[in-house]
Formats: sequence, structure tokens, C-alpha cells
Amino acid sequence: MELLFATAIGTLTAAGLYLVLRLRSFPVILGISLLTYAVNLFLFGAGRLALDMPPILRKGVETYTDPLPQALVLTAIVISFGMTAVVVILALGAYLSAREDSVDIDPETDRDEETGT
Amino acid sequence: MNHWIVVPVVLPAVLAAILTLSMRQTPTLQRTVSLAGVAALLAVAVGLTVEAASGAISVYELGNWPAPFGIVLVLDRLSALMVLLTAVLAALVLLYAIGSGWDQRGQHFHPLYQFQLMGIFGAFLTGDAFNLFVFFEVLLIASYGLMIHAGGRRRLKAGVQYVIYNLLGSTLFLFALGTLYAVTGTLNMADMAERAAEIPAGDGALLRVGAMLLFLVFAIKAAVLPLHFWLPETYAAAPAPVAALFAIMTKVGAYAILRMYTLVFGPELGVTANLVDQLLLYAALITLAVGMIGILGSKGLGRLAAFATIGSLGTLLIAISGFREETTAAAIYYMLHSTLAGALLFLIVDMVRERRGADTLVPGSRMAQHGLITALFFGAAIATAGMPPLSGFIGKLLILDAVRGMDAVWLIWAVVLGMSAVAVLGFAQAGSAVFWKPLPDAETTKAPAQAPPVALPMVAACAMLGAIILLAVLAGPVMRYVEATATQLHTPGDYIAAVLGTR
Repeated sequence: MELLFATAIGTLTAAGLYLVLRLRSFPVILGISLLTYAVNLFLFGAGRLALDMPPILRKGVETYTDPLPQALVLTAIVISFGMTAVVVILALGAYLSAREDSVDIDPETDRDEETGT
Repeated sequence: MNHWIVVPVVLPAVLAAILTLSMRQTPTLQRTVSLAGVAALLAVAVGLTVEAASGAISVYELGNWPAPFGIVLVLDRLSALMVLLTAVLAALVLLYAIGSGWDQRGQHFHPLYQFQLMGIFGAFLTGDAFNLFVFFEVLLIASYGLMIHAGGRRRLKAGVQYVIYNLLGSTLFLFALGTLYAVTGTLNMADMAERAAEIPAGDGALLRVGAMLLFLVFAIKAAVLPLHFWLPETYAAAPAPVAALFAIMTKVGAYAILRMYTLVFGPELGVTANLVDQLLLYAALITLAVGMIGILGSKGLGRLAAFATIGSLGTLLIAISGFREETTAAAIYYMLHSTLAGALLFLIVDMVRERRGADTLVPGSRMAQHGLITALFFGAAIATAGMPPLSGFIGKLLILDAVRGMDAVWLIWAVVLGMSAVAVLGFAQAGSAVFWKPLPDAETTKAPAQAPPVALPMVAACAMLGAIILLAVLAGPVMRYVEATATQLHTPGDYIAAVLGTR
């Protein structure tokens, strides 16, 4: 199980990083999503992998799994969900105002534009 | 338990909700409440600093859960000082934003501003590593909103870059925390420090990986080269008052480095000893060089101010990389100075933009209040470049003096002094182009549609300069405070005892 778990995290991270390095905002957002999946699994694994063990104290149960990483993953999921929503809206706004969705900034076309007014 | 500690986090959170829900339609009320809130925060910050100045470390247990099981907020000298600095900066910048009308150019400026403050205060006060991550996210998500305030093509594109870069930083943060939790089994910083000390030297590999990942995260926030790429375009494209507030955000990264690498991965901890200090030193030297050369090469005032921020961060991190009492004291003093000076520069950039319509470094027509703005720029340039008599000079002198015990002292002196000269040159060049010889009015390229408001923005900018002057005049008492702060930081046992001893 450890091997499968570690491979999954590794694959997700590699794919996510590759996509993040693309120039268009859509693949970049997908890449960030994959990276957050990877990190969620990683956090989950930080509490050691265990099968069929409850995280909450119960009568008649001797062995428990660590509940804290599960709480952390929950927090991380909520935050990354919100962040993904923000970046989607931002990328959409940038696309609609610039009519192209490349992530990099071309100094030549952007130089003349003023910022303050 | 002292409930005032939690006020800097709770008050902005409540205010932000009220501002969004019930005052959206009434700008005047919104402004009044927002200002009143920041003024109250300033008063609380002063009170907290007075309390922390006694040397006691106060701990606030959220929900009354004892550490390390619950989340704690910790008030020591450093966090109190940072809270005070943030409150001062926030009050002046808010005054400027209201006075210049920036807050009405888009929606939800005031709620976002309050959320931003909540995140920053929280990051300074928290004693829990995962909670630090959460407050980082709070301040970042608010900063995304503030950064694209008032919209515009360039701002949105820069915003996308900024968000993506920081999302990657957040992901890295989670990886680091996961690793550290797997090794130490705790997220409370004080508890983590105790557990890390118990790890045998042979088993430290995973701990070193975690410490290094965490360092990378903070280096992104503090814009250490080569992780600085998000900063220049973000700061130059953001609304200038927002960029002025962002001056404290990079310091959050510097603060986190200072906190984690004195408390948890301190110099005494054998497993991670000397892991980051050499790396940080050389990275900081290059950061300083690139920042100051960037000042010389900038084509607009906005970018110039952004590179000045990078340069001053380089200077700050050189001092931090010493990780000993005297360098830490110098670093904290310089941190106070560089935050205020960086913010002042951005306010001046905004005044020029408002009057000229652009901030390019070419001679233009005489602006309204030309003399006053020129004087302010002169003051800010002197402060940032580290010339006497302002606090930048004192800060740099302290750093130069403090690094005498380090191995690379000659290299540090050469780079710091050489780059100060470059900065002076850059500021002189920019200042003479923009301010020295205005073109006659007939050659005006672009006249502003209407005269920008004067009174409040000027008051805010002059007060910022006043704060810098005050920092220089009161250097003695401030130095005594920061020296005590450095001593407190380098005896982490007190912090640990305060957090874990309250069981």
C-alpha cells in the first residue's frame, strides 16, 4: 500500500509541476489542482497509513489512527478549493480584458499602459 | 488569560463582515468604521507592546485548549513590535487610500483591507505552524483582491501571475508541514522545538528536508533571489496604496524565518545546525545587488520602488542570516525602517501617477505641490539608500557593525556599501529626471482631468516620513527594545516554557 500511495503522490506532483510550467492559464490551473491533490494525500500520509482503525476514541478499541492529519487535510481542501475558485475567476477576468490567456507578461505591449489612472 | 492578544485578529474579522454585509451602500460610513477600526487596532497594538516590553511572554489559548493540543497565540517582544508596526503602517496607508479616493475606485476595498490586516496580525501572533499557514492564506486571499482593486488589463495579468506563484508557495508550505508533522508529531512551534531537540543526529534527514522546504516557502514570501520574480510586476501593477501596505507582507516572510529558525531550528539544534544561514547569506547578498541594480535600471517609478523593496529585503536578510543576538537586533531595527520607507516610496509613486498620469522617468510638466512631493521623494530616497540622517543610515550602520563577527564580513561590507552607492545613483537619476527640471506648461503631454485631492494624502505621506524621522531620533530607546527582543529570541527556552508550561 505504501508503494502505491507514494507512487500516486509522485505522479500527481510530477504531472502538476509539468502543467504549472505551461504558458496558458488553463493548464496552469489544472496543474495547481493536481498539486493540491498530491499535497492532500501527502498530509494524509504524514499521520502514517493504517487500515480499519477509528480516529475517534471508542469503547473496546485498542489501536487508533492519528486524527490530526485528517483535520489538516480537511482544512487544506477547503482552502485550496477557495483558492482555485479565485484563480479561475482572476484568469477569466484577465482573459476577458486582454483577449488572450497566456500567463507571462510581455513587457513591450504592457509598457505604455498606465497603472495609476 | 489576557484577552487583548486575540483582539488584533478578531476585530478586523468582525469589522470586515459588518462592512461587507451592512455598509456596502454607504461609502462614508464604511470609511468611518474602517478608520475607527484601524485606530482601535493601533491603540491595542500600543497596549500590547507596552505589555510585552516588560519581557513577559503571554500566551492565549484559543477555546481554552491547552498547548500543544489547541492553537495558541503568543505575544512576545518580537510579535508585539511587528503588530505595532503593522498597525502604524495600516493606519497611515488607509488614511492615504481614503484621502486619494482609491478606496472608491473598485468594490470592497475596506473589507478586503480588514481581512488583510487580520491575516497579517494572525501570522505575527500565532504559535502554531499550521495556524501560520492558515493566516498566510488569509492574508494572501485578501491581497489577491486588493491587488486587482480597480481592475485594468495589466493589473489583472500581473494578478494571475501573483496568485499562481503564491498558490505554489502554499502547496510547498503544506508539503513542509506534512514532513515536519511526520517527524515530530506536532504542529505547535514550542512543542516542535522540544521534539526536534530529541531527534538523534542520525535520524535527522527528514527533519532537515522539512526545515529546508519551510525555508523555501518563507523565501518566496520574503522575495529572496531567485524566488523574487513575483514581486516587481505585482508591486508595480498593484494600486500604489495597496503596494504600500504590501511592504509589510514581505516582512511576514522575514519574520517567519526569524521565528522558526531561532525557535524550532535554532543554532543549538545539532540536526539542522548551519542548514540555512550560509545559503541565506549568499542569496541575500545577491538579492541586495539585484534590487539596487534594478533601481538603476527601472524605467518607471513603480518598478523603482518595487526593486527598492527587494534591495532593502536583501539588506534585512543579510542581517537575519547571522542568527546571533547582535545581528538579529540590527535586523529588527532595519525591518522597522525598511517597511516604512518602502511604503512611503509607493505613496509618492501614487502622487506622481495621479498628477502626471504616468510614472515613467522622463521630465514632465510641473505638478501640483511639486516642491512638497519632491521633498518627500528626496526624504524617501535618502531613507531607502541609507544616507544620513534618517533611520536607513542608522539601520545600515547597525548591520555593518553587527556582522563583524561573521566570516564573510568583508564581502558583506563590500556588497552593502557598493550597492548603497548604486542605489544613490539610481535614486539621483530617477529623481532628477522626474522632479528636477519640469518642462514648461505648454509642453505638457497629458494634463490630469481634475486636480487630485491634496490634504489627506499629504498628511499620510508626511506622517510616514515623520515616523521614519522619529525612528532615527528615538534610535536609542528603540535599540534598547530590539536588543531585548533579540535576547528573548535567542533564549527560546523561555518561549517554550511559557507555551507548554501553562498546562
